[in-house]
Amino acid sequence: MPVAHLPINHALLLASVLFVLGLLGVLVRRNVIFILVCIEIMLNAAGVAFVAAGSRWQQADGQIMFILILTLAAAEVAVGLALILQFYHRFRSLDADAASDMEG
Amino acid sequence: MAQLLWLVPLLPLLGFTALALTGGHLGRRAVAWIGAGSVGLSAALALWIAAGFLLHPPAGHAYTLTAWQWMAVEGFTPTIGFYLDPLSVVMMLVVTFVGFLIHLYSTEFMAGDPGYSRFFAYLNLFVASMLALVLADNLLFLYLGWEGVGLCSYLLIGFWYDDPDNGRAARKAFVVTRIGDVAFTVGLFVLFTHLGTLDIQPLMAQAAAQWPAGSALATTAAFLLLGGAVGKSAQLPLQTWLPDAMAGPTPVSALIHAATMVTAGVYLIARTHVLFALAPAAQLAVAVVGAATLLLAGFSALTQWDIKRILAYSTISQIGYMFLALGVGAWAVAIFHLMIHAFFKALLFLSAGVVIHALDDEHNIFRMGGLRRTLPAAFWPFLIGGLALSAVPFISAGFYSKDLIIFDAWSSASGSPWLWAAAWVGALMTSMYTFRLIFIAFFGEPRTQVTRRPGTRVMIPLVILSVLSVIGGCLELPAYMGNVHLFTGFLHLSLPAVHALAGDATETALELLSAAASLGGIYLAYVLFLRNPHWLRNLASQGTGAALHRFWFGDWAMDWLYDRLAVRPYYWFARVNRGDVVDAFYRGLALLSQALHEVLSETQTGTLRRYALGMTVGSLIVLSIAVFV
Repeated sequence: MPVAHLPINHALLLASVLFVLGLLGVLVRRNVIFILVCIEIMLNAAGVAFVAAGSRWQQADGQIMFILILTLAAAEVAVGLALILQFYHRFRSLDADAASDMEG
Repeated sequence: MAQLLWLVPLLPLLGFTALALTGGHLGRRAVAWIGAGSVGLSAALALWIAAGFLLHPPAGHAYTLTAWQWMAVEGFTPTIGFYLDPLSVVMMLVVTFVGFLIHLYSTEFMAGDPGYSRFFAYLNLFVASMLALVLADNLLFLYLGWEGVGLCSYLLIGFWYDDPDNGRAARKAFVVTRIGDVAFTVGLFVLFTHLGTLDIQPLMAQAAAQWPAGSALATTAAFLLLGGAVGKSAQLPLQTWLPDAMAGPTPVSALIHAATMVTAGVYLIARTHVLFALAPAAQLAVAVVGAATLLLAGFSALTQWDIKRILAYSTISQIGYMFLALGVGAWAVAIFHLMIHAFFKALLFLSAGVVIHALDDEHNIFRMGGLRRTLPAAFWPFLIGGLALSAVPFISAGFYSKDLIIFDAWSSASGSPWLWAAAWVGALMTSMYTFRLIFIAFFGEPRTQVTRRPGTRVMIPLVILSVLSVIGGCLELPAYMGNVHLFTGFLHLSLPAVHALAGDATETALELLSAAASLGGIYLAYVLFLRNPHWLRNLASQGTGAALHRFWFGDWAMDWLYDRLAVRPYYWFARVNRGDVVDAFYRGLALLSQALHEVLSETQTGTLRRYALGMTVGSLIVLSIAVFV
């Protein structure tokens, strides 16, 4: 039996706040690990929105999409951590601004 | 046997191909055999065909041989076809025979030249093009030969291309004749647009049927063809290229002046005589151009010191006589003079070549002198050629041909006393400048040592041409000498006869007058250049005399005029346009995109967060558009 305790608006508001927090984190943090974490937050914000929407329309699609996002996030973390390792090896720092060699 | 006509131009062409493809790897002996042999074979074949033509004339005294169809564009189907009538028989014989003698001469004359094989390749191509020109049965094929001749003259005038001056002379010849060729091409367009064919015989028949005499179209077409003829035959106002064309080797000058190239214009007008007869204005222009040119060139020849330039001006003036004859409707007489002129002018150039060789490339007649005794092998042929050029009565062929022209200039229906007077003065000038050259170069004291003497292969052509220059006139004798008209009688099978208004008595009187001009000119030359050379030297060294001398020496300031009118403005334009005005737009386009590129590449900072911000702002904008608009 589905429970409609949580209004959809609240859930979407939560998702938006999470998303904006993550986005701001990506934009303002210089530490690449925190950037990665912020991206995770953004992904999860999207996941919250999907789940809320699935619950609102009584469809399983939202939860399926959340599982997809979960897998995606796992893959992304795997690749992202590998990149961060390489990044650290190369620049001896976790500062994203250190990697600005591709300046035009 | 006329079926073999196609072989006549093909043989020299094969010679050219063989020499061009082997690229100078053949021995000199082989080159000489191929070069002279191909033209010799062609001459023999031409003689055989001509004999057949005379003995068993084909129906209508014309024979057409179509080798193949050149191309077929809607309604336009020119062929590679040959047309043999009395006119082309004569031209074919002149081109192949005089051409062969010049080839034979060159085998010895050019023996020391590193470009021996190249020389004969060009020479063969020259003869082949000229044969295509005179044998073509349509104007497009004729034009192919016409341009081939122009190309070969360029290649041969600039044969010694190491010297920039020779290259300049070659370019000048090419560009100046090209001006006439443009007129010729436009004339072809006019003819084809209005008459729908370029095959000469149908074309002439159509023109006579469709255009009334004096119609604007006929006059336009005739004037355009005249433009082409004027350029090729070095007549006023396009004569300036011929004296400079002396930069080429001497046999080339002989070939250009005698057998090929400059006679092409005369041939073209004779070939399209129907058109000119339909356009009296154009025909009058032909006569006036001829008369003016022969006078101008005569005065210029009097002042030159270069033996070859004197001969060049004499050619311009003799072609002027041929134009005069064409202009008064004496078509056959013009061709007669063309043939006789080919004999004696080749003779003059070839013996001048002997002189130049013998004196180590000396061209200045004032440094020659006394060659009569030191180089008789050149003196006697040159004297015979000079006599023919001066039209000395009875003992020279030139007398019979030139005096016919002078007579026709008076007596023809379209002649006039003015044209006659010009021709008469021209005759006086001719013998004067010719014997000025002979007296200064061959008489007096020797001034330069003779270092080389001609061998057999040089002497044979000289002897043959000497004989022809003496007896060639027997084909055509005036009324008081037996009234023989073998040559014009033969040519009148394809060209209309001149309408003479005067009788035999006038002819005799006029011929006496021109004989007087010829002998008087020689006497004047004797007095002025051999007995009392200081008279003229004083006259030419001060005031008006000096100015006039300079004026004539510089070809009536024509070169100067063209230099100011055409050459310098062109160079100026080229200099102004060095950066290519049209390209400026495209260069601007390139500069603009480069500037944009620099602005955009500024935004590529390499910092990750800046890129993320860019993406965010971008997606925000897109979202706003999607939601609010």
